[in-house]
Amino acid sequence: MEKMEKAVITVIGKDMVGILAKVTALCAEKGMNVLEVTQSILQDLFVMVMLVDITGAAAGVAELADIFDDLGAKMDLKIHIMHEDIFNSMHRI
Amino acid sequence: MNTKEILETINMIDNEDLDVRTITMGISLLDCIHPDGEKAAQAIYDKICRYAERLVQTGEDISRQYGIPIINKRISVTPIAMVAGACPAMSPVRFAKALDSAARSVGVNFIGGYSALVHKGFGPGDYALIESIPEALSETELVCSSVNVGTTKAGINMDAVKKMGRVVKETAERTADRECIGAAKLVVFCNAPEDNPFMAGAFHGPGEPDCVINVGVSGPGVVRAAIKKEGDGKSLTEIAELIKRTAFKITRMGQLVAQEASRRLCVPFGIVDLSLAPTPAIGDSVAYILEAMGLSQCGAHGTTAALALLNDAVKKGGVMASSSVGGLSGAFIPVTEDAGMIEAARSGCLTLTKLEAMTAVCSVGLDMICIPGDTSPEIISGIIADEAAIGMVNSKTTAVRVIPAVGKQAGEELDFGGLLGMGPIMDVNTASPLEFISRGGRIPAPLQSLKN
Repeated sequence: MEKMEKAVITVIGKDMVGILAKVTALCAEKGMNVLEVTQSILQDLFVMVMLVDITGAAAGVAELADIFDDLGAKMDLKIHIMHEDIFNSMHRI
Repeated sequence: MNTKEILETINMIDNEDLDVRTITMGISLLDCIHPDGEKAAQAIYDKICRYAERLVQTGEDISRQYGIPIINKRISVTPIAMVAGACPAMSPVRFAKALDSAARSVGVNFIGGYSALVHKGFGPGDYALIESIPEALSETELVCSSVNVGTTKAGINMDAVKKMGRVVKETAERTADRECIGAAKLVVFCNAPEDNPFMAGAFHGPGEPDCVINVGVSGPGVVRAAIKKEGDGKSLTEIAELIKRTAFKITRMGQLVAQEASRRLCVPFGIVDLSLAPTPAIGDSVAYILEAMGLSQCGAHGTTAALALLNDAVKKGGVMASSSVGGLSGAFIPVTEDAGMIEAARSGCLTLTKLEAMTAVCSVGLDMICIPGDTSPEIISGIIADEAAIGMVNSKTTAVRVIPAVGKQAGEELDFGGLLGMGPIMDVNTASPLEFISRGGRIPAPLQSLKN
């Protein structure tokens, strides 16, 4: 079996209607399966972290980063998508 | 999925200036040596373009894949004096131009290796190269130069030290119309490492493989933020521990990038350089780390001790995070590239003598320091000799990168722009070391036992 490749999407910004909907719609459109979502409001700031399976995604992380940058710019949010290896290597021995 | 860790990483990148400072490809030019200088220059250009063709694009791809800024992509090459020695009829400046145009072709922002290793003596290529440095640095834009004048095992070549005082001054004079920037691309080393990825001192040592990827990490802003956030009321033992943990995380990121770059470019991974390299960006400053530890300003008594703790903790934290560590590794203290150092130098709290003491415990040496334009060559040689002696005796790398500000006096400023930053011209002790420097010869290698 092919090893599952995962990425982390983080969304930070002002809370508003439809953030989760828009981000997950884009995930579906690009063929990314959402594995885990947590979200919270920290002092008016909306913070969402999603773990997604990108094994079957329509584009590489680099290209997806551009697509999410565009969405972030439209919604006035900071949206990052980063390969999970960065978190694993920084925080796990 | 640990949200706290994920957000910590994002915060480090977005708000604390965490980045990979440089991916540097080291390329050997030993197989380009040819008695016909024109042929050698062409071979150099071709080889660099062939090997580094995908370097910049690969760096950008990795940066987007992991969401980590990778600021610079650079190249280091075999010290050109080794190539120049084979073609005495041609000026080595021709090679500098070949390096410059190769660097432009592949899109890197600096290429290092217009260098000579003369710690024990000169060959004909070394003479020619050193004499040509002022011209080479004034007629190229991306080429960086370095000269190694001493080692712990060989002692200090004082003839080279004498020469370099004049060469530094001439280089500044030749680029006087451009804020004397030539001198900012010229480093005089003692114990120069062969695998350093950081400019201006990077070169690809003769003991290195044909091609190699070295990565320099950065992150003074992250260390400072960690001390600010968690350091309140903590003892220095705990501060050292905190720095180690932070350095570990920063280095792991560098290691990941290095491995990925090595894999994508099919070039062996060399080393990760565990350096805290400041930039003029507010917050990305080594001086501010020292101030976060509790000094009212960098340069106060206690600065050397704080820097010693920082330098050591960075190495201890980083060593375990990488499979192979090398280069300069430690905390850099380049005055014009560090917002906190600039402030401290402007206010007079940080002086050249204090900086010299700091170089005994930091990773490199007197770095990016503007000095008055009328400083005599023998005084510059004296600065170099002192610095080389600190490196030689303490078995560490030291270096001098001073910029004589032609036509300007202490208190005025130079502004290089970009990563090289800006800074005030600092006072230099003007008592003459002329007779000492003029003697030439060698300072013998120091004893390695009976250490007191």
